[in-house]
Amino acid sequence: MEISTKEFKHCDMVLIKGRIDSSTAPQFSKALEAVIEKGVYKIVVDMSNLEYMSSAGFRALLAAQRTCKRYNRGEVVLASVPDRIREALELAGFTELFRMSRDPLEAVGSL
Amino acid sequence: MAQTLSFSTTFDILDEIRTFVGEQAREAGFDARDIYSIQLATDEAASNVIEHAYGGRSDGRFEVSCAFQTGRLIITLLDHGKAFDPSQVEDPDLKAPLLDRKIGGLGIYLMRKLMDEVRYESTQAGNLLTLVKRKG
Repeated sequence: MEISTKEFKHCDMVLIKGRIDSSTAPQFSKALEAVIEKGVYKIVVDMSNLEYMSSAGFRALLAAQRTCKRYNRGEVVLASVPDRIREALELAGFTELFRMSRDPLEAVGSL
Repeated sequence: MAQTLSFSTTFDILDEIRTFVGEQAREAGFDARDIYSIQLATDEAASNVIEHAYGGRSDGRFEVSCAFQTGRLIITLLDHGKAFDPSQVEDPDLKAPLLDRKIGGLGIYLMRKLMDEVRYESTQAGNLLTLVKRKG
């Protein structure tokens, strides 16, 4: 799994390539935490190249969303969520917790 | 004819497990959505074994078997560690607001929703978890 981060004017974007499971979720958490530690609470997670995500990834997203939404200072937006992953997020009751956008740059513009 | 593979209790084996059950599911003729569901459910089950069966130790081993018979893909996970009955875990509250949302039990809940049957037995041979997916 490869993770990269892009800085924008009003938010950061975390791009994930590959698969998030119990093995790679810590890396994903670290990437989200690194953004938050900078004081950036508006985060777009670009899932265009994400092939797979288990509940370990859901957990990382939930923790980040809780922190970012605190004091209304920001949020985590999911962009280009693949169908299979969106279905699993729906099953887990997560789709109501996150705004989702078809396009990563559209998500950036919305923050 | 069931195929059985043995794995160490480290998370890095999850890729191999997903490939293993994914190939069996593909050969059995499941569609892409079902293949993903089967892989995810097995991943969640295996992750629980790794986390709970051997107290987080990485020197344990467990077995994953996969067979397709009478229209059903049957996956079993056998470990020799601490008994862990997933049916004893409460469903997470999917309607709880963000701050109250509990993360525990999510993997088991997904397993139950993604597969048609989830059975747990404590046997002489060890703890046996059976996951079944019927071909639709």
